[in-house]
Amino acid sequence: MRRSILVKSAAAALLALAPLAALAAGGKTLEYKHNHWHFSGPFGTYDKEAMQRGFQVYKQVCAGCHAVEQLAFRNLGDKGGPFYLERCPAGVPETTNCKNPAENPVVKAIAAEYTVQDGPDDLGEMFDRPALPSDKFPKPFANEQQARAANGGAYPPNLALIMKARHHGPDYVYSLLTGYEDPPDTVTLGPGQNYNPYFAGDMSQLLKPEYRDAEGHPLPDVKIPPGGVLAMAPPLSDGVIDYADPAIPETVDQYAKDVVEFLTWASEPKMEERKSLGVITIGYLLILTIVLFLSYRAIWSNTDH
Amino acid sequence: MSAAHDSHPAEPTRRDFIHLFAGATAAVGGIGVAVPLISQMNPDASVLALSTKEVDLSGLEVGQAIKVFWQGKPVFIRRRTPEEIAEAEATPLADLKDRLARNDNLGGKADAEDQNRVANPQYIVVVGVCTHLGCVPLGTAQGEVRGDFGGWFCPCHGSHYDNAGRIRKGPAPENLAVPKYQFISDTAIRIG
Amino acid sequence: MHHASTYKPQTGIERWLDKRLPIVRFADDFMNFPTPKNLNYWWTFGAILVVCLVIQIITGVVLAMHYTPHKDLAFNSVEHIMRDVNYGWLMRYVHANGASMFFLAVYIHMFRGLYYGSYKEPREMNWILGVVIFLLMMATAFMGYVLPWGQMSFWGATVITNFFTAFPIIGEPIKTLLLGGPAVDNATLNRFFSLHYLLPFAIFGVVLLHIWAFHTSGNNNPTGVDVKDVKKDTLPFHPYYTVKDGFAIAVFLLLFAAFVFFNPNGLGHPDNYTPANPLVTPPHIVPEWYFLPFYAILRAITFDIGPISSKLGGVLAMFGSILVLFILPWLDTSKVRSMRYRPVAQLWFVLFVFACLALGYFGGKPAEGWYVLGSQIATAYYFAFFLVILPLLGLFEKAKPAPKSIADSVLKKAAAPTGAIAQPAE
Repeated sequence: MRRSILVKSAAAALLALAPLAALAAGGKTLEYKHNHWHFSGPFGTYDKEAMQRGFQVYKQVCAGCHAVEQLAFRNLGDKGGPFYLERCPAGVPETTNCKNPAENPVVKAIAAEYTVQDGPDDLGEMFDRPALPSDKFPKPFANEQQARAANGGAYPPNLALIMKARHHGPDYVYSLLTGYEDPPDTVTLGPGQNYNPYFAGDMSQLLKPEYRDAEGHPLPDVKIPPGGVLAMAPPLSDGVIDYADPAIPETVDQYAKDVVEFLTWASEPKMEERKSLGVITIGYLLILTIVLFLSYRAIWSNTDH
Repeated sequence: MSAAHDSHPAEPTRRDFIHLFAGATAAVGGIGVAVPLISQMNPDASVLALSTKEVDLSGLEVGQAIKVFWQGKPVFIRRRTPEEIAEAEATPLADLKDRLARNDNLGGKADAEDQNRVANPQYIVVVGVCTHLGCVPLGTAQGEVRGDFGGWFCPCHGSHYDNAGRIRKGPAPENLAVPKYQFISDTAIRIG
Repeated sequence: MHHASTYKPQTGIERWLDKRLPIVRFADDFMNFPTPKNLNYWWTFGAILVVCLVIQIITGVVLAMHYTPHKDLAFNSVEHIMRDVNYGWLMRYVHANGASMFFLAVYIHMFRGLYYGSYKEPREMNWILGVVIFLLMMATAFMGYVLPWGQMSFWGATVITNFFTAFPIIGEPIKTLLLGGPAVDNATLNRFFSLHYLLPFAIFGVVLLHIWAFHTSGNNNPTGVDVKDVKKDTLPFHPYYTVKDGFAIAVFLLLFAAFVFFNPNGLGHPDNYTPANPLVTPPHIVPEWYFLPFYAILRAITFDIGPISSKLGGVLAMFGSILVLFILPWLDTSKVRSMRYRPVAQLWFVLFVFACLALGYFGGKPAEGWYVLGSQIATAYYFAFFLVILPLLGLFEKAKPAPKSIADSVLKKAAAPTGAIAQPAE
């Protein structure tokens, strides 16, 4: 059939164009390290212990600069979240429903460590109080301008959506956190700049003068280092966080994996529900498709068509 | 997508079953679709998070009252003096306009004895919405009018409530509602 | 091709209603509509599109119960839907991926119309109404994408509304009128929300006209040959095509569900999960995939043509690529309706499909190097197909003989089960 051969060759030609894409793409980072995450795949779920450790990493290392804007304390106690309680722990009044994040003692305790602003009170003043589960996590900076001023002009992005706001979010964040290295000798960094081969940027701007020609372009045989520079210094180092469980290594690699698990949950708290409903829906649709097909064939069986 | 009828011979065949089954499968899908569409109108998680409220009463002095906001309504909490408690307990039911307790913690039939209005006689907790037409009665803050029975007074149409929140005079038909609440410690309650 | 109504009211109530408002007659006529018996699966996309429209309207109305159209609150209201509203994540993902599925179906539906000559006499009005629906869909989708107020929402709106400044004198005032200010801001967001809610109902109305139109002319069919004998050439729409369409819809929903549940963000841009920032432009501003071919055409015009700047040329080419569709019925000179019997036209058509796919590919790439040349070639072919090839082909082609009737073509197919002639599979 001539037409289908043409269609096939058209498709082949299109695919042949694909490699061109890689050359022309901007950013030019190293290919991200590819992990198999606990939540990968159509049946993936979140690893609760890893999320709890990841929350600890966020709290102790990241929260000083990075907000989790859309996250409320009560989300930690939602079904599927890091501190969800099926049953109440000992020492809690019997009538408490620990499945309700508002009554979850762990969540209440975490929230109470934070201070949030409330008000105005009866005198018209704003006041501070300990946070409740219904409160959102307070932001480290009041606004973007304050955040930039405190970080040399750079804005630490909101982490509550970071995994969806970046291509291949989990692999990218993991690669970034574990990928810091010393810059090659061919470049000079400015003050407050940190080199990371996984951060999109243009290292050709930072080549030393001896590696550039008269117009400032890189010399032909000079390799431009992959990646770019960012204002965040390597935030993790081995042993910087104490994990309660002695079986878990206290390494940058482990911290990065755990914080990715936590932040992926923070970005997509409904992922498990989505995938399980997806399995049911696709299963149902397969049955419906088959049944409708049989009905269709039965109806058409007595005609020629 | 319903079962076919006209174009088939009269005898019921196995083929008709498939059409019924197909229709039924589609209908099940329709119900499955309706569930989330209707469920999304129910209160969402951020609203439910505010369905209970914990109140710390350790700072409340005897004879003082506070107003808190719960589920979009004011709730009055008064720490009653011993005289007020005695007065409330001594009130005969016959004097009350509304003889029912209106307490969400008890059943519907409980009467309006003072003990049925409180979990701990020292603290009276009532929803601060007048049962007449919904105004917020006065009497909580220092210096506010408390009406002829030393409880609350509704300025809109002149309803007077006693210190157990029971209607004594005026157009309101029912005692102020006592919301679901419990003491979670000696000095803290959870409403809702 | 108006045909008589065959409805006979049976009960007293039916007779009463039939005299006053013949809705049962209307439904009965619709269900019994004599439909050519040889329609293949390319014909199921009309019903699929109606389902898409209904899904978008229902999920859209539901989302509007929880969304706030203010620039300071919009982004977080969408996150509130995703996190707090019961099944909110499902409504949002169905609506967002539903838009993509809607365009996938409409493009297939349009390619079907091109291949089988459904735009030709007497169905020109049907085709024109279809192009109107397509334009309304594009406007609706564009405005809908602005509502989450992410980086792509904001900058896509900025780029698209800047098109109008290409037109001399009237351009700036039109842009200001659309935006409600000098730049995309809260006024823009609010009115886009209002219009995004409104336009789907306009689409619905035009769809009704569209269906009315082909119920007047009768459906086209793969042979392009008119219905000659209703008994031999057609079957009642119900149950033959209601159930076949139902099956096709179920298959379509399988693909839809695969995206919604297992790759809900695959067709979107990560940048739209960053709130809009008027001071920071994302490195690559790209529209959603279904607009990429037109984006490629826009950027393909890199040269001035006399007094027309390249900017204006690009805008004119982009609008022109859709406007040319309006006059297609009068551009194609062929007396043969279906390309099934036009072997030379088939080759040009395959190239046309390839050109459209290539334009989509280039639209997603930066406007540099070989990509620009590629999109220029594809754009040239796109316009040549309508303005040169189709007009000339009809005058010079040697078409294969079409079957005498639909019934004939069906019987011939039944007699030769090995499919001797090059006919596309059903």
